[in-house]
Amino acid sequence: MRQTDKSDPRSTSSISSDAYVRETEAPYLPPPPSEVGIKGWLYNNIFQSMSDFSSPAASMRSLLVAMFTVFVFYFFATQLYGLVDFALLSAVWSDADGVKRQACWTVEQGGSLPEGWHGACWPYIFAKTKFILFGAYPLEDLWRVKTTYLVGSLLLVWVLIEPLPYRKLASLLLLVVFPMFATLMLTGGGFGYSQTTVGLYTLLGLALITLRRLGIAGRLTGVFSDLASVSGIAGWTLIFIAAFMAIIGHDFGLTNIDTRDWGGLLITLVVAITAIVASLPLGILLALGRRSQMPIARTLSIVFIEFWRGVPLITVLFMASVMIPLFMPEGVNFDSLLRALIGVTLWQSAYMAEVIRGGLQAIDKGQYEAADAMGLTYWQSMRLVILPQALKHVLPGIVNTVISVFKDTSLVSIVGIFDLLGATQSTLADAAWSSPVQSPTGYLVVASVFFFFCFGMSRYSIYLEKKLDRGH
Amino acid sequence: MARKNRQVQTDEPVVLMQHVNKWFGQFHVLRDINLRVAKGERIVVCGPSGSGKSTLIRCLNRLEQHQQGDIHVHGIELNNDVKNIDEIRREVGMVFQHFNLFPHLSILENCMLAPIWVRKTPRAEAEKTAMHFLTRVKIPEQAHKYPGQLSGGQQQRVAIARALCMQPQLMLFDEPTSALDPEMIKEVLDTMVELAEDGMTMICVTHEMGFARKVADRVIFMDEGQIIEQNEPEAFFSAPKSDRTKLFLSQILGH
Ligand SMILES: Nc1ncnc2c1ncn2[C@@H]1O[C@H](COP(=O)(O)OP(=O)(O)O)[C@@H](O)[C@H]1O
Ligand SMILES: [Mg+2]
Repeated sequence: MRQTDKSDPRSTSSISSDAYVRETEAPYLPPPPSEVGIKGWLYNNIFQSMSDFSSPAASMRSLLVAMFTVFVFYFFATQLYGLVDFALLSAVWSDADGVKRQACWTVEQGGSLPEGWHGACWPYIFAKTKFILFGAYPLEDLWRVKTTYLVGSLLLVWVLIEPLPYRKLASLLLLVVFPMFATLMLTGGGFGYSQTTVGLYTLLGLALITLRRLGIAGRLTGVFSDLASVSGIAGWTLIFIAAFMAIIGHDFGLTNIDTRDWGGLLITLVVAITAIVASLPLGILLALGRRSQMPIARTLSIVFIEFWRGVPLITVLFMASVMIPLFMPEGVNFDSLLRALIGVTLWQSAYMAEVIRGGLQAIDKGQYEAADAMGLTYWQSMRLVILPQALKHVLPGIVNTVISVFKDTSLVSIVGIFDLLGATQSTLADAAWSSPVQSPTGYLVVASVFFFFCFGMSRYSIYLEKKLDRGH
Repeated sequence: MARKNRQVQTDEPVVLMQHVNKWFGQFHVLRDINLRVAKGERIVVCGPSGSGKSTLIRCLNRLEQHQQGDIHVHGIELNNDVKNIDEIRREVGMVFQHFNLFPHLSILENCMLAPIWVRKTPRAEAEKTAMHFLTRVKIPEQAHKYPGQLSGGQQQRVAIARALCMQPQLMLFDEPTSALDPEMIKEVLDTMVELAEDGMTMICVTHEMGFARKVADRVIFMDEGQIIEQNEPEAFFSAPKSDRTKLFLSQILGH
């Protein structure tokens, strides 16, 4: 290729000339070696910034960059080694003699490990695993939690993994049936709600849904047709609540486990998942409400969002645990976990609403107009046209708040509910395992578990973003 | 749908606007508009930018609300009754300057959305209709792509097909070729000419005077919110009556 170029007199002679008209086709060449392969990658990503020695200033800069690079590599390597060494290489893995804390003591402290030893004390974690994962949940009933986990994760996998069939059905099971199942399994059910209440809710729900049907059929006018458009959602919510009450009200013969005995990862997952799953639809409604033309809906949404966003979560939790009982009639025992759940969910939905509102604002006016022009109703155009795009736009923001609330659930320890962190912390008080490495080991476990879940969510959102990218 | 059916039936107008006035705040954007469009008629609306052409046709499907006067579309009065508005929107297709396709849905899904959710057409049938109209605008092979992967001209043809899938009685076009590169204008205009030849009632806001000459039954000239002049295309172009029309034509025809 190069030879043909050279043999063409014009291509060499006219390089300096301004007006150059090519007479032969320019060849398609492979990229220079500095652009491809490992060498190219290393050059582009690491060495490019430190290979300029053309002037004293440039050499200086290259040297500085080189030193900084070496330092960063060194720092990372030692930190990583320190972690691996603590968690794996130097760690004590078993307590074969059953000496508990002495298994993790150095000679100086009265144990058998060498002087200056520093490593994780895994036997302590093994001994406390049940407590860290489930709190004081009775051992003989642990199968109920495990079944719930199993069913939940199977459904989740079914929903999340692309090629599996009936994913819509699975989402329905996961979002509607599973919460009832989980509540029943974890609490034991048998609360015996009065049948009149359940019946009343069902009837009211059915009435609202009928109103909706009439609204669709166009038999209603004016205010009623506006009301009809929201009554469908309200109706189904009521039916859901009625079904929920019917199921956890029925006695299936399971022992009741007080939520005060729940703890550890179980609490973290219950609080986080409830808050995440419930705050998304609530946040969507609030965001739509805030942008709505109806003054009442808009004002209510703004007040709600600004109130909950203006209060720190700790305050919300205190209010939930201290204030709500004050307003309750004498003798009504409102479960403390339930109160915290409601508090975290409402607080989270205010944040979710603002993230989603950002997405709604990014949608071009033409999209609303096109949807209106083809005759879609408000809810149809939101569900089919606007929200899918808006939610996609703000997926990183949604995942951000989700991850953040997952970690914020730790704050429930403040009102005496022992989540993963709280439960682990309380095992630190056990003198039978007391050693200098006890708390580092415990916190390492807590951090790793949180990291596992949060990193997982982050990766899934990246996968989702790629999948939803429609090339525009 | 007889081809080349230029017979204009005068009994029931598809659009009837009587003394329509509209304001944006203090600004009187439509001033005493009276317009009657018969079934099968093809109207081209032209006029300087900001004269209220878009507002006029957007009032016909309630994308904008008029404050005075009566509008009847397809015999239905356009008032605050949601039922009437929905009924009118089902019968009126609209094509926008910027296409406004739904980017998260494939071409086929774009075309099936309204038939399925508004007309409650069964899925299979909606798909058949969609493919029929995509074939008519000559892009059936793009059915499974997304709008972002198509050229402007192709997107606008999809937008036309999408509107046709609702089998509307009336099609509104708001400067459908203004956002297109020159080489794509023809493919969209050709599609519109075919549609006109099939007897569709159309109101087109456009400055494509060639198109107006070829298919319009009437050209309407608007300025400052009023209908200044309307006439058959030949007469409109060769013998404009008002000075404003003459000025506009001289500018747009570039002489
Ligand atoms: N939503 C709106 N609010 C206020 N003024 C508007 C709005 N839409 C259009 N206008 C004004 O109304 C006039 C007519 O607009 P339009 O119908 O879009 O004109 P055309 O389509 O003929 O260019 C313009 O002066 C424009 O600035
Ligand atoms: Mg316009």
